[in-house]
Amino acid sequence: MRCEKSGRIEVSNLCKRFHKAGKDPLQVLQNCTLTIEPGKLNVLIGPSGCGKSTLANILAGYDSPDSGEITIDGSPLKGPGTDRLMVFQETALWPWMTVMENVIFGPTVRGEMSKKEAREEATRILELVGLQDFKDKYPAQLSGGMQRRAELARALINRPKVMIMDEPFRGLDDLTRELMQEYYLKIFEKTNCTTLFITTELEEAIFLADRILIMTFLPGRIKTIIDVDLPRPRNYHVLTSKKYLQIKAEALEYLIEEGRKCFGEDCNIANTMVDEFRRQADNRH
Amino acid sequence: MNIYFVLPLFVILSFIFFIFYRQQKRLAHYSGISTLSQIKKTLTSQRFWLVILGFVLTIGFWYAAVYWLPFDAFHRLPGPDEVVIEWLSRDPYYGISIYTKEYYVHILYSTYRATVSFLLATILGVPFGLLMGWSRRFYEYSFPLVEMIRPIPPLAWVPLSILMLPGVEPAVIFVTFLVAFFVTTLNTLLGVQSIDQAYFRAALCLGASSKEILYDVVIPGSLPYIFTGLQISMGAAWFSLVAGEMIAAQYGLGYLIWQGYSLVKYPTIIIGMVTLGFIGYGSSAVIRYVGKRLMAWREQELGGLGVTYEE
Repeated sequence: MRCEKSGRIEVSNLCKRFHKAGKDPLQVLQNCTLTIEPGKLNVLIGPSGCGKSTLANILAGYDSPDSGEITIDGSPLKGPGTDRLMVFQETALWPWMTVMENVIFGPTVRGEMSKKEAREEATRILELVGLQDFKDKYPAQLSGGMQRRAELARALINRPKVMIMDEPFRGLDDLTRELMQEYYLKIFEKTNCTTLFITTELEEAIFLADRILIMTFLPGRIKTIIDVDLPRPRNYHVLTSKKYLQIKAEALEYLIEEGRKCFGEDCNIANTMVDEFRRQADNRH
Repeated sequence: MNIYFVLPLFVILSFIFFIFYRQQKRLAHYSGISTLSQIKKTLTSQRFWLVILGFVLTIGFWYAAVYWLPFDAFHRLPGPDEVVIEWLSRDPYYGISIYTKEYYVHILYSTYRATVSFLLATILGVPFGLLMGWSRRFYEYSFPLVEMIRPIPPLAWVPLSILMLPGVEPAVIFVTFLVAFFVTTLNTLLGVQSIDQAYFRAALCLGASSKEILYDVVIPGSLPYIFTGLQISMGAAWFSLVAGEMIAAQYGLGYLIWQGYSLVKYPTIIIGMVTLGFIGYGSSAVIRYVGKRLMAWREQELGGLGVTYEE
Protein backbone atom coordinates (compact mmCIF):
# COMPACT_ATOMS: atom_id res chain seq x y z
CA MET A 1 0.00 0.00 0.00
CA ARG A 2 1.53 3.28 -1.10
CA CYS A 3 0.08 6.74 -0.93
CA GLU A 4 -0.03 8.78 -4.10
CA LYS A 5 2.65 11.37 -4.32
CA SER A 6 0.40 14.30 -3.68
CA GLY A 7 -0.59 16.45 -0.78
CA ARG A 8 1.71 19.39 -1.25
CA ILE A 9 0.56 21.96 1.28
CA GLU A 10 1.66 25.53 0.85
CA VAL A 11 1.11 27.90 3.72
CA SER A 12 1.81 31.57 3.23
CA ASN A 13 1.66 34.43 5.70
CA LEU A 14 -0.58 32.65 8.15
CA CYS A 15 -1.62 34.71 11.18
CA LYS A 16 -3.61 33.58 14.19
CA ARG A 17 -4.35 35.52 17.33
CA PHE A 18 -6.14 34.18 20.42
CA HIS A 19 -8.27 36.44 22.54
CA LYS A 20 -8.77 35.62 26.16
CA ALA A 21 -10.98 37.63 28.46
CA GLY A 22 -8.98 39.94 30.72
CA LYS A 23 -5.69 39.23 29.01
CA ASP A 24 -3.75 40.75 26.15
CA PRO A 25 -4.48 38.98 22.89
CA LEU A 26 -1.87 36.36 22.12
CA GLN A 27 -0.33 36.38 18.65
CA VAL A 28 0.30 32.68 18.21
CA LEU A 29 1.20 32.62 14.52
CA GLN A 30 2.59 35.55 12.60
CA ASN A 31 3.44 35.47 8.90
CA CYS A 32 4.02 31.78 9.13
CA THR A 33 5.13 30.49 5.75
CA LEU A 34 6.03 26.91 5.00
CA THR A 35 5.72 24.12 2.52
CA ILE A 36 4.94 20.53 3.29
CA GLU A 37 6.72 18.47 0.68
CA PRO A 38 4.74 15.59 -0.79
CA GLY A 39 5.91 12.08 -0.06
CA LYS A 40 8.21 13.32 2.66
CA LEU A 41 8.15 13.07 6.41
CA ASN A 42 8.06 16.69 7.49
CA VAL A 43 8.71 17.15 11.19
CA LEU A 44 7.66 20.34 12.92
CA ILE A 45 9.55 20.99 16.10
CA GLY A 46 9.61 23.87 18.53
CA PRO A 47 9.46 24.65 22.22
CA SER A 48 6.21 23.73 23.91
CA GLY A 49 3.52 26.38 23.64
CA CYS A 50 4.92 27.83 20.43
CA GLY A 51 1.82 27.23 18.34
CA LYS A 52 2.57 23.87 16.74
CA SER A 53 -0.79 22.41 17.64
CA THR A 54 -2.55 25.59 16.52
CA LEU A 55 -0.94 25.25 13.12
CA ALA A 56 -1.89 21.58 12.98
CA ASN A 57 -5.50 22.35 13.89
CA ILE A 58 -5.68 24.97 11.16
CA LEU A 59 -4.22 22.59 8.60
CA ALA A 60 -6.67 19.88 9.62
CA GLY A 61 -9.49 22.40 9.25
CA TYR A 62 -10.66 22.43 12.88
CA ASP A 63 -9.63 26.03 13.30
CA SER A 64 -9.51 28.94 10.86
CA PRO A 65 -6.68 31.45 10.49
CA ASP A 66 -7.13 35.22 10.86
CA SER A 67 -5.29 35.82 7.61
CA GLY A 68 -3.04 34.02 5.22
CA GLU A 69 -3.45 31.38 2.56
CA ILE A 70 -3.26 27.63 2.55
CA THR A 71 -3.39 25.52 -0.57
CA ILE A 72 -3.27 21.78 -0.96
CA ASP A 73 -2.06 20.65 -4.39
CA GLY A 74 -2.83 24.13 -5.63
CA SER A 75 -6.43 24.42 -4.51
CA PRO A 76 -7.41 26.43 -1.43
CA LEU A 77 -8.15 24.47 1.72
CA LYS A 78 -11.55 24.64 3.36
CA GLY A 79 -12.87 22.88 6.47
CA PRO A 80 -12.02 19.40 7.72
CA GLY A 81 -11.74 16.70 5.11
CA THR A 82 -10.55 13.17 4.72
CA ASP A 83 -7.67 14.30 2.50
CA ARG A 84 -5.97 15.52 5.68
CA LEU A 85 -6.28 13.24 8.68
CA MET A 86 -5.06 13.99 12.12
CA VAL A 87 -3.76 11.53 14.70
CA PHE A 88 -4.04 13.04 18.13
CA GLN A 89 -1.95 13.17 21.27
CA GLU A 90 -4.50 11.14 23.17
CA THR A 91 -6.05 8.06 21.70
CA ALA A 92 -9.51 8.66 20.30
CA LEU A 93 -10.42 5.11 19.37
CA TRP A 94 -14.06 4.48 20.17
CA PRO A 95 -13.99 2.14 23.15
CA TRP A 96 -17.32 0.53 22.21
CA MET A 97 -16.06 -0.73 18.86
CA THR A 98 -13.53 -3.47 18.25
CA VAL A 99 -10.27 -2.56 16.53
CA MET A 100 -11.71 -3.81 13.23
CA GLU A 101 -14.90 -1.78 13.59
CA ASN A 102 -12.85 1.29 14.43
CA VAL A 103 -10.68 0.89 11.35
CA ILE A 104 -13.49 0.28 8.83
CA PHE A 105 -15.57 3.18 10.18
CA GLY A 106 -14.20 5.83 7.80
CA PRO A 107 -14.59 4.12 4.42
CA THR A 108 -17.98 2.60 5.31
CA VAL A 109 -19.65 5.77 6.59
CA ARG A 110 -18.53 7.60 3.48
CA GLY A 111 -19.91 4.77 1.39
CA GLU A 112 -16.64 4.28 -0.46
CA MET A 113 -16.36 0.61 0.31
CA SER A 114 -18.78 -2.13 1.25
CA LYS A 115 -18.32 -3.63 4.70
CA LYS A 116 -16.67 -6.66 3.12
CA GLU A 117 -14.20 -4.67 1.05
CA ALA A 118 -13.39 -2.46 4.00
CA ARG A 119 -12.77 -5.51 6.15
CA GLU A 120 -10.32 -6.92 3.61
CA GLU A 121 -8.52 -3.63 3.31
CA ALA A 122 -8.47 -3.23 7.09
CA THR A 123 -6.96 -6.69 7.48
CA ARG A 124 -4.11 -5.66 5.18
CA ILE A 125 -3.50 -2.45 7.07
CA LEU A 126 -3.73 -4.09 10.48
CA GLU A 127 -1.08 -6.51 9.28
CA LEU A 128 1.06 -3.53 8.31
CA VAL A 129 0.83 -2.13 11.83
CA GLY A 130 1.18 -5.56 13.39
CA LEU A 131 -2.28 -5.87 14.91
CA GLN A 132 -3.70 -8.70 12.79
CA ASP A 133 -4.22 -10.89 15.86
CA PHE A 134 -6.01 -8.17 17.79
CA LYS A 135 -8.61 -7.07 15.30
CA ASP A 136 -11.53 -8.36 17.35
CA LYS A 137 -10.35 -6.91 20.66
CA TYR A 138 -11.69 -3.77 22.23
CA PRO A 139 -9.29 -0.81 22.60
CA ALA A 140 -9.24 -1.22 26.37
CA GLN A 141 -7.68 -4.64 25.90
CA LEU A 142 -4.68 -3.21 24.05
CA SER A 143 -1.56 -1.65 25.49
CA GLY A 144 -0.80 2.04 24.91
CA GLY A 145 1.53 1.39 21.98
CA MET A 146 -0.97 -0.91 20.30
CA GLN A 147 -3.71 1.68 20.67
CA ARG A 148 -1.58 4.25 18.88
CA ARG A 149 -0.94 1.80 16.06
CA ALA A 150 -4.64 0.99 15.79
CA GLU A 151 -5.29 4.69 15.54
CA LEU A 152 -2.69 4.95 12.79
CA ALA A 153 -4.46 2.14 10.94
CA ARG A 154 -7.80 3.93 11.29
CA ALA A 155 -6.26 6.96 9.58
CA LEU A 156 -4.25 5.07 6.94
CA ILE A 157 -7.23 3.14 5.54
CA ASN A 158 -8.68 6.42 4.27
CA ARG A 159 -5.59 6.96 2.08
CA PRO A 160 -5.26 10.57 3.11
CA LYS A 161 -3.13 12.89 1.02
CA VAL A 162 -1.59 14.22 4.19
CA MET A 163 -1.27 12.72 7.65
CA ILE A 164 -1.01 15.20 10.47
CA MET A 165 0.42 13.61 13.60
CA ASP A 166 0.23 15.81 16.67
CA GLU A 167 2.74 14.38 19.13
CA PRO A 168 1.36 10.89 18.56
CA PHE A 169 3.79 9.12 20.91
CA ARG A 170 3.44 11.46 23.82
CA GLY A 171 2.61 9.77 27.08
CA LEU A 172 4.15 6.43 26.15
CA ASP A 173 7.00 5.15 28.27
CA ASP A 174 10.52 5.52 26.85
CA LEU A 175 10.97 1.99 25.61
CA THR A 176 7.56 1.79 23.96
CA ARG A 177 8.15 5.18 22.44
CA GLU A 178 11.41 4.09 20.85
CA LEU A 179 9.83 0.91 19.54
CA MET A 180 6.93 2.93 18.16
CA GLN A 181 9.32 5.28 16.37
CA GLU A 182 11.01 2.38 14.65
CA TYR A 183 7.67 0.82 13.84
CA TYR A 184 6.28 4.03 12.53
CA LEU A 185 9.36 4.56 10.38
CA LYS A 186 8.82 1.17 8.78
CA ILE A 187 5.22 2.05 8.01
CA PHE A 188 6.22 5.40 6.57
CA GLU A 189 8.94 3.90 4.42
CA LYS A 190 6.39 1.47 3.02
CA THR A 191 3.63 3.99 2.37
CA ASN A 192 5.51 7.25 1.73
CA CYS A 193 2.44 9.13 2.78
CA THR A 194 2.98 12.89 3.01
CA THR A 195 3.25 13.55 6.71
CA LEU A 196 3.45 16.48 9.04
CA PHE A 197 4.77 15.09 12.29
CA ILE A 198 4.74 17.35 15.33
CA THR A 199 7.04 16.71 18.24
CA THR A 200 9.02 18.41 20.97
CA GLU A 201 11.77 15.80 21.01
CA LEU A 202 14.78 16.47 18.87
CA GLU A 203 16.02 12.86 18.82
CA GLU A 204 12.65 11.70 17.59
CA ALA A 205 12.60 14.45 14.98
CA ILE A 206 16.00 13.63 13.47
CA PHE A 207 15.43 9.90 13.60
CA LEU A 208 12.19 10.13 11.63
CA ALA A 209 12.45 13.19 9.44
CA ASP A 210 13.26 14.01 5.85
CA ARG A 211 12.98 17.67 6.71
CA ILE A 212 12.88 19.34 10.09
CA LEU A 213 10.98 22.60 10.33
CA ILE A 214 12.01 24.50 13.44
CA MET A 215 9.49 26.93 14.79
CA THR A 216 10.14 30.11 16.72
CA PHE A 217 8.63 30.74 20.12
CA LEU A 218 5.69 33.16 20.10
CA PRO A 219 4.79 34.50 17.67
CA GLY A 220 5.29 31.31 15.72
CA ARG A 221 7.07 31.33 12.39
CA ILE A 222 9.33 28.86 10.69
CA LYS A 223 12.80 29.73 11.88
CA THR A 224 14.72 27.41 9.65
CA ILE A 225 14.48 24.17 7.76
CA ILE A 226 17.05 21.42 8.12
CA ASP A 227 17.19 18.66 5.54
CA VAL A 228 17.96 15.32 7.08
CA ASP A 229 19.71 13.25 4.44
CA LEU A 230 20.30 10.20 6.56
CA PRO A 231 19.85 7.10 4.42
CA ARG A 232 16.58 5.17 4.43
CA PRO A 233 15.54 2.61 5.56
CA ARG A 234 16.80 3.74 8.92
CA ASN A 235 17.28 1.90 12.16
CA TYR A 236 18.69 2.79 15.53
CA HIS A 237 22.26 2.68 14.17
CA VAL A 238 21.81 6.17 12.76
CA LEU A 239 21.54 7.44 16.32
CA THR A 240 25.29 6.98 16.75
CA SER A 241 26.37 8.20 13.33
CA LYS A 242 28.45 11.31 12.81
CA LYS A 243 25.91 12.85 10.50
CA TYR A 244 23.21 12.47 13.12
CA LEU A 245 25.24 14.27 15.74
CA GLN A 246 26.07 17.08 13.34
CA ILE A 247 22.41 17.61 12.58
CA LYS A 248 21.59 17.41 16.25
CA ALA A 249 24.16 20.04 17.15
CA GLU A 250 22.90 22.34 14.44
CA ALA A 251 19.26 21.93 15.36
CA LEU A 252 19.92 22.18 19.05
CA GLU A 253 21.43 25.60 18.63
CA TYR A 254 18.29 26.92 16.98
CA LEU A 255 16.03 25.14 19.41
CA ILE A 256 17.79 26.24 22.57
CA GLU A 257 17.73 29.80 21.31
CA GLU A 258 13.96 29.57 21.02
CA GLY A 259 13.54 27.51 24.15
CA ARG A 260 15.34 30.17 26.18
CA LYS A 261 12.69 32.68 25.21
CA CYS A 262 10.14 30.86 27.32
CA PHE A 263 12.47 30.93 30.34
CA GLY A 264 13.87 34.43 29.98
CA GLU A 265 17.39 35.46 29.07
CA ASP A 266 19.62 34.20 31.86
CA CYS A 267 19.67 30.59 30.90
CA ASN A 268 23.35 29.69 30.93
CA ILE A 269 22.81 25.99 31.30
CA ALA A 270 21.45 25.93 27.79
CA ASN A 271 24.54 27.63 26.41
CA THR A 272 26.79 25.19 28.20
CA MET A 273 24.79 22.32 26.79
CA VAL A 274 25.13 23.58 23.26
CA ASP A 275 28.87 24.09 23.67
CA GLU A 276 29.30 20.63 25.12
CA PHE A 277 27.38 19.16 22.29
CA ARG A 278 29.33 20.98 19.64
CA ARG A 279 32.53 19.69 21.18
CA GLN A 280 31.25 16.13 21.13
CA ALA A 281 30.30 16.41 17.49
CA ASP A 282 33.67 17.90 16.56
CA ASN A 283 35.54 15.15 18.39
CA ARG A 284 33.79 12.54 16.35
CA HIS A 285 34.58 14.41 13.19
CA MET B 1 -44.28 -29.28 60.60
CA ASN B 2 -46.19 -30.42 57.57
CA ILE B 3 -45.15 -30.74 53.98
CA TYR B 4 -46.82 -27.48 52.94
CA PHE B 5 -44.65 -25.59 55.34
CA VAL B 6 -41.36 -27.32 54.61
CA LEU B 7 -41.68 -27.49 50.83
CA PRO B 8 -41.65 -23.72 50.13
CA LEU B 9 -38.80 -23.26 52.56
CA PHE B 10 -36.95 -25.93 50.66
CA VAL B 11 -37.73 -24.25 47.32
CA ILE B 12 -36.51 -20.85 48.55
CA LEU B 13 -33.32 -22.28 49.99
CA SER B 14 -32.55 -24.29 46.88
CA PHE B 15 -33.15 -21.20 44.74
CA ILE B 16 -30.66 -19.25 46.84
CA PHE B 17 -28.23 -22.14 46.54
CA PHE B 18 -28.73 -22.28 42.76
CA ILE B 19 -27.86 -18.57 42.39
CA PHE B 20 -24.88 -19.02 44.70
CA TYR B 21 -23.67 -22.05 42.74
CA ARG B 22 -23.90 -20.30 39.37
CA GLN B 23 -21.97 -17.32 40.67
CA GLN B 24 -19.28 -19.56 42.13
CA LYS B 25 -19.03 -21.43 38.85
CA ARG B 26 -18.44 -18.19 36.99
CA LEU B 27 -15.82 -17.08 39.48
CA ALA B 28 -14.13 -20.47 39.28
CA HIS B 29 -14.07 -20.17 35.50
CA TYR B 30 -12.22 -16.87 35.61
CA SER B 31 -9.75 -17.79 38.30
CA GLY B 32 -9.11 -21.14 36.67
CA ILE B 33 -9.89 -23.49 39.55
CA SER B 34 -12.55 -26.14 39.95
CA THR B 35 -16.02 -25.10 41.07
CA LEU B 36 -15.76 -27.22 44.19
CA SER B 37 -12.55 -25.62 45.39
CA GLN B 38 -13.96 -22.19 44.55
CA ILE B 39 -16.96 -22.94 46.77
CA LYS B 40 -14.61 -24.14 49.49
CA LYS B 41 -12.61 -20.95 49.11
CA THR B 42 -15.71 -18.80 49.37
CA LEU B 43 -17.14 -20.68 52.34
CA THR B 44 -13.91 -20.25 54.27
CA SER B 45 -13.51 -16.59 53.29
CA GLN B 46 -14.15 -13.94 55.88
CA ARG B 47 -16.35 -11.98 53.47
CA PHE B 48 -18.90 -14.75 53.15
CA TRP B 49 -19.30 -15.09 56.89
CA LEU B 50 -19.61 -11.35 57.31
CA VAL B 51 -22.54 -11.38 54.88
CA ILE B 52 -24.19 -14.18 56.83
CA LEU B 53 -23.42 -12.44 60.11
CA GLY B 54 -25.11 -9.28 58.81
CA PHE B 55 -28.35 -11.18 58.16
CA VAL B 56 -28.21 -13.12 61.42
CA LEU B 57 -27.58 -9.99 63.48
CA THR B 58 -30.41 -8.05 61.83
CA ILE B 59 -32.98 -10.81 62.22
CA GLY B 60 -31.64 -11.62 65.69
CA PHE B 61 -32.04 -8.03 66.76
CA TRP B 62 -35.56 -7.99 65.38
CA TYR B 63 -36.40 -11.14 67.33
CA ALA B 64 -34.79 -9.89 70.52
CA ALA B 65 -36.40 -6.46 70.27
CA VAL B 66 -39.86 -7.94 69.87
CA TYR B 67 -39.67 -10.64 72.56
CA TRP B 68 -36.92 -9.82 75.04
CA LEU B 69 -35.70 -6.25 75.01
CA PRO B 70 -37.58 -3.55 76.92
CA PHE B 71 -38.42 -1.51 73.82
CA ASP B 72 -42.12 -0.75 73.91
CA ALA B 73 -42.12 0.44 70.32
CA PHE B 74 -41.18 -3.04 69.11
CA HIS B 75 -43.61 -5.03 71.21
CA ARG B 76 -46.48 -4.26 68.91
CA LEU B 77 -44.59 -5.73 65.93
CA PRO B 78 -44.76 -9.39 64.91
CA GLY B 79 -41.53 -11.34 65.39
CA PRO B 80 -39.67 -12.92 62.47
CA ASP B 81 -40.96 -16.37 63.41
CA GLU B 82 -44.56 -15.18 63.35
CA VAL B 83 -44.06 -13.58 59.92
CA VAL B 84 -42.44 -16.66 58.40
CA ILE B 85 -45.14 -18.95 59.80
CA GLU B 86 -47.87 -16.69 58.49
CA TRP B 87 -46.14 -16.32 55.13
CA LEU B 88 -45.78 -20.07 54.62
CA SER B 89 -49.05 -21.09 56.21
CA ARG B 90 -51.73 -22.93 54.20
CA ASP B 91 -54.37 -21.31 56.30
CA PRO B 92 -53.04 -17.84 57.12
CA TYR B 93 -54.57 -16.16 60.12
CA TYR B 94 -54.54 -12.71 58.47
CA GLY B 95 -55.46 -13.87 54.98
CA ILE B 96 -52.22 -13.47 53.03
CA SER B 97 -49.66 -16.21 52.46
CA ILE B 98 -47.97 -17.92 49.54
CA TYR B 99 -50.97 -20.27 49.32
CA THR B 100 -53.55 -17.55 48.81
CA LYS B 101 -54.58 -16.25 45.44
CA GLU B 102 -54.75 -12.63 46.65
CA TYR B 103 -51.06 -12.57 47.42
CA TYR B 104 -50.24 -13.13 43.74
CA VAL B 105 -52.95 -10.77 42.55
CA HIS B 106 -51.32 -8.01 44.58
CA ILE B 107 -47.86 -8.89 43.26
CA LEU B 108 -49.11 -9.04 39.67
CA TYR B 109 -50.87 -5.68 39.93
CA SER B 110 -47.80 -3.98 41.32
CA THR B 111 -45.42 -5.62 38.87
CA TYR B 112 -47.68 -4.75 35.98
CA ARG B 113 -47.90 -1.09 37.02
CA ALA B 114 -44.16 -0.81 37.68
CA THR B 115 -43.30 -2.46 34.37
CA VAL B 116 -45.67 -0.31 32.32
CA SER B 117 -44.41 2.87 33.99
CA PHE B 118 -40.81 1.83 33.66
CA LEU B 119 -41.16 0.92 29.97
CA LEU B 120 -43.02 4.16 29.21
CA ALA B 121 -40.35 6.13 31.06
CA THR B 122 -37.60 4.35 29.14
CA ILE B 123 -39.26 4.68 25.74
CA LEU B 124 -39.85 8.40 26.26
CA GLY B 125 -37.02 9.32 28.62
CA VAL B 126 -34.05 7.91 26.71
CA PRO B 127 -34.83 9.68 23.40
CA PHE B 128 -35.72 12.84 25.32
CA GLY B 129 -32.40 12.77 27.14
CA LEU B 130 -30.48 11.99 23.94
CA LEU B 131 -32.18 14.91 22.22
CA MET B 132 -31.33 17.20 25.11
CA GLY B 133 -27.70 16.19 24.93
CA TRP B 134 -27.63 16.22 21.14
CA SER B 135 -29.24 19.58 20.38
CA ARG B 136 -28.04 22.67 22.16
CA ARG B 137 -31.25 24.47 21.25
CA PHE B 138 -33.52 21.76 22.62
CA TYR B 139 -31.43 21.70 25.78
CA GLU B 140 -31.99 25.41 26.30
CA TYR B 141 -35.75 24.99 25.93
CA SER B 142 -36.20 22.00 28.10
CA PHE B 143 -33.54 21.86 30.79
CA PRO B 144 -34.90 24.67 33.04
CA LEU B 145 -38.42 23.21 32.73
CA VAL B 146 -37.26 19.71 33.61
CA GLU B 147 -35.30 21.01 36.56
CA MET B 148 -38.37 22.90 37.80
CA ILE B 149 -40.80 20.03 37.52
CA ARG B 150 -38.45 17.29 38.69
CA PRO B 151 -38.24 18.23 42.40
CA ILE B 152 -42.03 18.06 42.82
CA PRO B 153 -42.55 14.88 44.90
CA PRO B 154 -44.60 12.12 43.26
CA LEU B 155 -47.30 12.25 45.94
CA ALA B 156 -47.98 15.89 45.11
CA TRP B 157 -49.00 14.75 41.64
CA VAL B 158 -51.64 12.30 42.88
CA PRO B 159 -54.62 14.69 43.17
CA LEU B 160 -53.95 16.33 39.81
CA SER B 161 -53.48 13.04 38.03
CA ILE B 162 -56.69 11.61 39.47
CA LEU B 163 -58.49 14.76 38.29
CA MET B 164 -56.97 14.64 34.81
CA LEU B 165 -56.93 10.96 34.02
CA PRO B 166 -59.87 8.58 33.67
CA GLY B 167 -59.80 6.38 36.72
CA VAL B 168 -57.37 5.45 39.43
CA GLU B 169 -55.29 2.97 37.47
CA PRO B 170 -53.86 5.45 34.91
CA ALA B 171 -53.31 7.95 37.72
CA VAL B 172 -51.12 5.58 39.73
CA ILE B 173 -49.21 4.61 36.60
CA PHE B 174 -48.77 8.26 35.62
CA VAL B 175 -47.30 9.19 39.01
CA THR B 176 -44.93 6.24 38.87
CA PHE B 177 -43.98 7.00 35.29
CA LEU B 178 -43.19 10.62 36.06
CA VAL B 179 -40.52 9.84 38.62
CA ALA B 180 -38.87 7.17 36.49
CA PHE B 181 -39.00 9.45 33.45
CA PHE B 182 -37.00 12.26 35.06
CA VAL B 183 -34.36 9.90 36.38
CA THR B 184 -33.95 8.27 32.96
CA THR B 185 -33.88 11.56 31.09
CA LEU B 186 -31.30 13.21 33.31
CA ASN B 187 -29.01 10.20 33.34
CA THR B 188 -29.19 9.92 29.57
CA LEU B 189 -28.39 13.61 29.26
CA LEU B 190 -25.45 13.17 31.61
CA GLY B 191 -24.33 10.21 29.52
CA VAL B 192 -24.26 12.25 26.31
CA GLN B 193 -22.46 15.11 28.02
CA SER B 194 -19.85 12.74 29.42
CA ILE B 195 -18.71 11.58 25.97
CA ASP B 196 -15.18 12.77 25.22
CA GLN B 197 -15.14 15.50 22.54
CA ALA B 198 -12.30 13.64 20.80
CA TYR B 199 -14.76 10.87 19.86
CA PHE B 200 -16.98 13.35 18.05
CA ARG B 201 -14.03 15.01 16.35
CA ALA B 202 -12.68 11.68 15.15
CA ALA B 203 -16.08 10.71 13.70
CA LEU B 204 -16.50 14.11 12.05
CA CYS B 205 -13.14 14.12 10.35
CA LEU B 206 -13.68 10.60 9.04
CA GLY B 207 -16.75 11.93 7.26
CA ALA B 208 -19.62 10.67 9.44
CA SER B 209 -23.01 12.36 9.05
CA SER B 210 -25.13 13.47 12.01
CA LYS B 211 -27.14 10.28 11.79
CA GLU B 212 -24.06 8.09 11.98
CA ILE B 213 -22.67 10.14 14.84
CA LEU B 214 -25.93 9.60 16.69
CA TYR B 215 -25.91 5.84 16.13
CA ASP B 216 -22.20 5.15 16.40
CA VAL B 217 -21.03 7.70 18.96
CA VAL B 218 -23.84 9.28 20.97
CA ILE B 219 -25.89 6.18 21.75
CA PRO B 220 -23.09 3.69 22.52
CA GLY B 221 -21.12 6.37 24.34
CA SER B 222 -23.95 7.22 26.71
CA LEU B 223 -25.10 3.62 27.25
CA PRO B 224 -23.22 3.13 30.56
CA TYR B 225 -24.96 6.15 32.07
CA ILE B 226 -28.30 5.17 30.55
CA PHE B 227 -28.16 1.80 32.25
CA THR B 228 -27.16 3.27 35.59
CA GLY B 229 -30.12 5.59 35.09
CA LEU B 230 -32.45 2.68 34.31
CA GLN B 231 -31.50 0.93 37.54
CA ILE B 232 -32.15 4.04 39.58
CA SER B 233 -35.34 4.65 37.61
CA MET B 234 -36.57 1.13 38.41
CA GLY B 235 -35.98 1.75 42.11
CA ALA B 236 -37.66 5.14 41.94
CA ALA B 237 -40.60 3.58 40.08
CA TRP B 238 -41.12 1.06 42.88
CA PHE B 239 -41.10 3.54 45.69
CA SER B 240 -43.43 6.04 44.05
CA LEU B 241 -45.66 3.17 42.95
CA VAL B 242 -46.06 1.96 46.52
CA ALA B 243 -46.78 5.50 47.67
CA GLY B 244 -49.36 5.85 44.90
CA GLU B 245 -50.99 2.52 45.72
CA MET B 246 -51.30 3.39 49.39
CA ILE B 247 -53.38 6.42 48.52
CA ALA B 248 -55.35 5.44 45.50
CA ALA B 249 -55.60 1.81 44.55
CA GLN B 250 -57.64 -1.33 45.12
CA TYR B 251 -54.82 -3.82 44.64
CA GLY B 252 -51.08 -3.95 44.77
CA LEU B 253 -48.38 -4.41 47.39
CA GLY B 254 -48.59 -0.78 48.53
CA TYR B 255 -52.31 -1.22 49.06
CA LEU B 256 -51.68 -4.51 50.85
CA ILE B 257 -49.26 -2.86 53.26
CA TRP B 258 -51.56 0.05 53.96
CA GLN B 259 -54.56 -2.21 54.40
CA GLY B 260 -52.51 -4.37 56.78
CA TYR B 261 -51.93 -1.29 58.86
CA SER B 262 -55.54 -0.09 58.93
CA LEU B 263 -56.96 -3.55 59.64
CA VAL B 264 -54.31 -4.39 62.27
CA LYS B 265 -52.86 -7.26 60.22
CA TYR B 266 -49.25 -6.59 61.16
CA PRO B 267 -47.55 -9.72 59.76
CA THR B 268 -49.12 -8.90 56.38
CA ILE B 269 -47.32 -5.55 56.40
CA ILE B 270 -43.98 -7.28 56.78
CA ILE B 271 -44.84 -9.89 54.16
CA GLY B 272 -45.61 -7.06 51.74
CA MET B 273 -42.38 -5.27 52.57
CA VAL B 274 -40.16 -8.31 52.19
CA THR B 275 -41.87 -9.20 48.92
CA LEU B 276 -41.13 -5.69 47.64
CA GLY B 277 -37.50 -6.19 48.60
CA PHE B 278 -37.25 -9.40 46.61
CA ILE B 279 -38.99 -8.03 43.53
CA GLY B 280 -36.95 -4.83 43.60
CA TYR B 281 -33.73 -6.80 43.80
CA GLY B 282 -34.86 -9.07 40.97
CA SER B 283 -35.81 -6.21 38.65
CA SER B 284 -32.46 -4.48 39.21
CA ALA B 285 -30.68 -7.73 38.44
CA VAL B 286 -32.56 -8.07 35.15
CA ILE B 287 -31.50 -4.56 34.06
CA ARG B 288 -27.90 -5.22 35.07
CA TYR B 289 -27.93 -8.43 33.05
CA VAL B 290 -29.28 -6.72 29.92
CA GLY B 291 -26.75 -3.91 30.33
CA LYS B 292 -23.87 -6.34 30.57
CA ARG B 293 -25.05 -8.09 27.44
CA LEU B 294 -25.18 -4.81 25.51
CA MET B 295 -21.86 -3.46 26.74
CA ALA B 296 -19.22 -6.13 26.37
CA TRP B 297 -16.67 -3.39 25.74
CA ARG B 298 -17.44 -1.77 29.04
CA GLU B 299 -16.56 -4.89 30.98
CA GLN B 300 -13.17 -4.90 29.29
CA GLU B 301 -12.68 -1.24 30.02
CA LEU B 302 -13.46 -1.60 33.70
CA GLY B 303 -10.89 -4.36 33.71
CA GLY B 304 -13.16 -6.67 35.68
CA LEU B 305 -12.80 -9.95 33.89
CA GLY B 306 -11.03 -8.90 30.72
CA VAL B 307 -7.49 -9.74 29.78
CA THR B 308 -5.07 -7.02 28.72
CA TYR B 309 -2.45 -7.91 26.19
CA GLU B 310 1.04 -6.58 26.64
CA GLU B 311 3.72 -6.38 24.03
